[in-house]
Amino acid sequence: MSETPHIDIDYVAKLARINLTNDEKAKFSNQLDSILGYIEKLNELNTDEVEPTAHPHEVFNVWQEDVVKSEMSVEKALSNAPKQRQNMVVVPKVVE
Amino acid sequence: MEYEAVIGLEVHVQIKAESKIFTRCRAGFGYEPNTLVDPVIIGLPGALPVMNKRALDGIIKAGMALNCAIPDQCKWDRKNYFYPDSPNNYQITQYDQPICEGGYVEIELEGESRNVMGEHKKIKLTRIHLENDVGKLNHFSDDSLVDYNRAGTSLMEIVSEPDMHSGEDAFAFLTAIRQTMIYCGVSDCDMEKGQMRADANISVRPVGQKELGTKIELKNLNSITGVKNGINYEIKRQTNELRRGNVITQATWRWDADAGRTEHMRDKEDAHDYRYFPDPDLMPVKIDDEWRNRIRSEIPELPFDKQRRFMEEYELPYTITSVLVPDKKMSDYFESAAKQNPQQAQTIGNYVVNDLQRELYESGVSLDECKMTPDLLLTLVNTVDKGIITKQIAKAVFTEMYKSGETAEQVIERKGLKPDFDEDQVIAWCKEAIAENPKPVEDFKSGNEKAINALKGQVMKKSRGKANPQAVDGLLRELLS
Repeated sequence: MSETPHIDIDYVAKLARINLTNDEKAKFSNQLDSILGYIEKLNELNTDEVEPTAHPHEVFNVWQEDVVKSEMSVEKALSNAPKQRQNMVVVPKVVE
Repeated sequence: MEYEAVIGLEVHVQIKAESKIFTRCRAGFGYEPNTLVDPVIIGLPGALPVMNKRALDGIIKAGMALNCAIPDQCKWDRKNYFYPDSPNNYQITQYDQPICEGGYVEIELEGESRNVMGEHKKIKLTRIHLENDVGKLNHFSDDSLVDYNRAGTSLMEIVSEPDMHSGEDAFAFLTAIRQTMIYCGVSDCDMEKGQMRADANISVRPVGQKELGTKIELKNLNSITGVKNGINYEIKRQTNELRRGNVITQATWRWDADAGRTEHMRDKEDAHDYRYFPDPDLMPVKIDDEWRNRIRSEIPELPFDKQRRFMEEYELPYTITSVLVPDKKMSDYFESAAKQNPQQAQTIGNYVVNDLQRELYESGVSLDECKMTPDLLLTLVNTVDKGIITKQIAKAVFTEMYKSGETAEQVIERKGLKPDFDEDQVIAWCKEAIAENPKPVEDFKSGNEKAINALKGQVMKKSRGKANPQAVDGLLRELLS
């Protein structure tokens, strides 16, 4: 690879729906670029003879039969919700 | 200039199962909010998904019934997006290796009248893949409330080719899918419960033009009729825009069923970037012939095939089959009686679609629970066939049998419906009728065939409806000749 890989921090932040300060942008941008650079090492390997795979393990068909095991209580399920009403999670109005 | 519409549908169908697609928490509709959840559903760190075998069986069955190819392998991908309906911030779906490829749906368009079979055609499918359903948002004036009960339900997405041209095509397409799914037991496709949902891509182009026009995605099509009306409205709107020389811009519109019109929802923002990648938590699925053959053997005779067979084998008129066939249990009921007396199949069919349906509806009893079994119905058909009671009286006997579960003979005996006179009595009545009604007699003799009905009616009245009309007809003709 000729170019150093680079992440467009504004674009990624928008996709993740998070607001970043300029300081954070600079900081995370560097961190993410260095992670990308690390991953980029894989491109140094010759993979011409390697078949693409969806999963590193040669294991298939891991499933369970359709039998109900258990649910969680509503209280427990909603215990991390910042705000709740009528046993539902309250979120900012989503414009449709 | 003439314009034509091109329509493709994306149909989401929930697969019927006890538990969810990637965890064994209960799946269902109508439960208290957020009671059908567990760590996998609400996306707690460390929770791992495990496939539901029944969901895989279900989609393979659906795919085979819709003529798809089932490749040897498929895999799972994450579709990443941030929205409160998806606690994981991604949906697990199938991107480049769906479980069903290609296929087509046989549809029937409306005929000229209810008595005539409409045109059949095949609508091509692109693919069907499996994914998890998402939570449901309830919108209020200041905020939205999220219920995750629906999240994680096994969901198929059936994607059609842009192969339809009208709301009627789309209506027939959804009807056919729904009936096929119900027959296969894969889904009940109840749109009111969200078990089947459809979005449409609609574009309009001048007739003869090869490339497609700019497409509008139409949402909020909440019923099969809504799909038809929404699409037809949208076709008209786009055609009018083009006629006026306006340009269609790609956008999402919604159907407002109450107002009977479509309205602009949002412009197509920069194409979504879902950053699909293989889900590392789930192993790919390999499907062999043994599996495929097992599922294929479980697929029942499909609705249109059954209809064609009923029309051919039992010589049923289209009208009866079009009422019978959409209801699999009703068809099975009909056939278990008709098989035992094929000569009377049409009579049996009439009893089932008229009398039985009416009684079931009025009593609110299901076919499984009702006392009128196919064998009982046959006792009634046979007594009419033998001329013991008339068709008219049989109607009343049917109602009694339905209530009590007795055979036709038992009801006839109990109610004293058997004719309590002999043939001589019937001849006497015929003579009386002839003597009392000179006008119809004269008319009949001068060639008016229908005039005999007036005489017949008189005889039936004298017998309190118990005489055999065919026999009366014969006797009258004999006496008048």
